[in-house]
Amino acid sequence: MAGEHKHPNYMTIFWWLAVLTVVEIAVVFLPMGKLLIGVLLCGLAVAKAAMVAMYFMHLKFETRTLGLIAITPLLIATLLVFIILPDSFYVNHKTANLKPATSAPAKH
Amino acid sequence: MTAQAATTSHHAVEPAETPLTPESWGKLGMWIFLAGDAVGFGALLAAYGGMRATSADWPVPYDVLGINLTAAMTFLLICSSVTMVKALEWLGKGDRGKCKMFLFFTALGGAIFVSLQAYEWTHLIHAGLHINGNPWGASLFGTSFFVVTGFHGLHVTAGVIYLLAVLGVVARRPDPAASYNVVEIVGLYWHFVDLVWIMVFTFMYLL
Repeated sequence: MAGEHKHPNYMTIFWWLAVLTVVEIAVVFLPMGKLLIGVLLCGLAVAKAAMVAMYFMHLKFETRTLGLIAITPLLIATLLVFIILPDSFYVNHKTANLKPATSAPAKH
Repeated sequence: MTAQAATTSHHAVEPAETPLTPESWGKLGMWIFLAGDAVGFGALLAAYGGMRATSADWPVPYDVLGINLTAAMTFLLICSSVTMVKALEWLGKGDRGKCKMFLFFTALGGAIFVSLQAYEWTHLIHAGLHINGNPWGASLFGTSFFVVTGFHGLHVTAGVIYLLAVLGVVARRPDPAASYNVVEIVGLYWHFVDLVWIMVFTFMYLL
């Protein structure tokens, strides 16, 4: 049969994903700093995504080069963040003296 | 050599060795497509982060959107990933019937996911979240929400159609080995959609 690679225990991965999802939701409501919560959430998301890629998509059992193809988008996305982020300096500077936005409903 | 024989003994008939995915070129093709698609989602999420960082009145997403339903949707998508690997596993064991059943469950999970998303969107639109404005703050909050979750929902919808088409392939080919590759490749797409949702759920709802 075509499945030469070893099959991981899918149910173990499933329970990990389910438990980590519950942990993610719990983290949102933990009494911690926003930055720490953000870092934890990003870490948990990356861990879950890695599990899906490694075991469900069998990346762990593929060649190293295919792994490099798969990881490239993450590098590009990370690069994009640093390309886009400087925008925030510009806009904050320009709007620093404006009145704070009202909470009135937007008109359509 | 017929197409049937080409699929069953794919190792021998590949025009040239592909060292990345020895099983088939199709699998490599899907991986490259997914890498490109991932850049699309990466760009959307990076832009979302940029817009949020530049905004002074970005609403707290989980207060506005609510995460109970979405958490259930996340769980549903994880479950559908499991039924997907089960479909491939059963096909590997030569059981086309079980494979078709699990492919159907996977498509069903996707269909329920899209339905719940439609319900969620309807609910939020009635509450005032529009693509061009909302009562809670930055108008781009609604814009980015609908664009990113919509783009993902479109992927799920396409995945459901793709899964049902592959179910048809398994049904038409008497030899289980003849459709193993096709099922493995649709699996890659489906798990990718699950993977992207993990990211979208974290960045658009939880953070």
